[in-house]
Amino acid sequence: MTEQALNNQGHMQNIVDDWSNDKQAYHVPWGKLMMWIFLISDTFIFSCFLVGYMNVRMSATEPWPYPSEVFALELFGQNIPLILIAIMTFILITSSGTMALAVRYAHFRDRKKIAILMLITALFGLSFVGMQAFEWTKLISEGVRPWANPFGAHQFGSIFFMVTGFHGLHVSIGVIYLSIVAFKVNRGDYDKKDNYEIVEITGLYWHFVDLVWVFIFAFFYLW
Amino acid sequence: MSESIVENNVSGEADHADDQQHPIGVYLKVWILLFVLSGFSYMVDFLDFQGMVRWTLILIFMFLKAGFIIAIFMHVMWERMTLITTILGPPTVILVLIGLMASEGEYVKGTRIDYLGQPANAERIHVSDVHLEEEAEH
Repeated sequence: MTEQALNNQGHMQNIVDDWSNDKQAYHVPWGKLMMWIFLISDTFIFSCFLVGYMNVRMSATEPWPYPSEVFALELFGQNIPLILIAIMTFILITSSGTMALAVRYAHFRDRKKIAILMLITALFGLSFVGMQAFEWTKLISEGVRPWANPFGAHQFGSIFFMVTGFHGLHVSIGVIYLSIVAFKVNRGDYDKKDNYEIVEITGLYWHFVDLVWVFIFAFFYLW
Repeated sequence: MSESIVENNVSGEADHADDQQHPIGVYLKVWILLFVLSGFSYMVDFLDFQGMVRWTLILIFMFLKAGFIIAIFMHVMWERMTLITTILGPPTVILVLIGLMASEGEYVKGTRIDYLGQPANAERIHVSDVHLEEEAEH
């Protein structure tokens, strides 16, 4: 039976076949599977943070601040709501796009293009972390703390620093991860084994960081 | 089970053959789509929609964006159903946690109002008012 034939049996039969397979259930490289397992566990951590946020926000009797006002910036003499967060969102999506292209070029073993696209992705990530540092500085100077918030419910401060801090840590680690892999791609390390799976695996991690931001943006900044 | 599939999965090499079928256009289109959807999300705030309209729009744009990132950028669309169910199945139990914690949050708020005499509907504070107050103090 060829792989094509295996794919044409229907999804239910695939599940039965894969789980009753003596050798292995998942027909993907193990490194990719391990990254998926890690991302699923990370999903639970971020979910716990966001559910905790929902819980304190629902139970707080002090008023919740207007996030769009808290994160407004004065540009060209005008106060534009939430603009910094919007720019950060666009930057992260752009970086996801360059990463997707890097993964595509990995299939063609195009070392120069892979390395350049991954470095561009890392630079976008770096600028994201930079803006987050700016945002933290601004809020701290206005008196927002993990235990205090001049604009309303104190829980806003706790959730803000915890959730964006944990996400920012993921972005920072991603920047380091991307840079290392880009360097090794450029040096030709993966040509020796003729195996470029690592680019797709790094891509999974990076897209996940973008995915988490989609939820943080919707629930924390827009809600 | 054929030889080829066993070999493929030991080395993981043969996956490239079918991955090459994704034309670059798919990624570019999804990329643009994510930009547009993010723009829409931002407009929800910028145009100051409130109430049910706001929550509905935020959630629709959020789920569309998340769906496209998972399906296309993370290649889930092209994986076998066994892996897809492993990835998407376990996180659905989070819905139970959401339900429990929402009910608990309501309860805690109720006890704070009933037993601690805290306000049920405190007025939200505008950032500009806080800044004006601070200036007045100095």
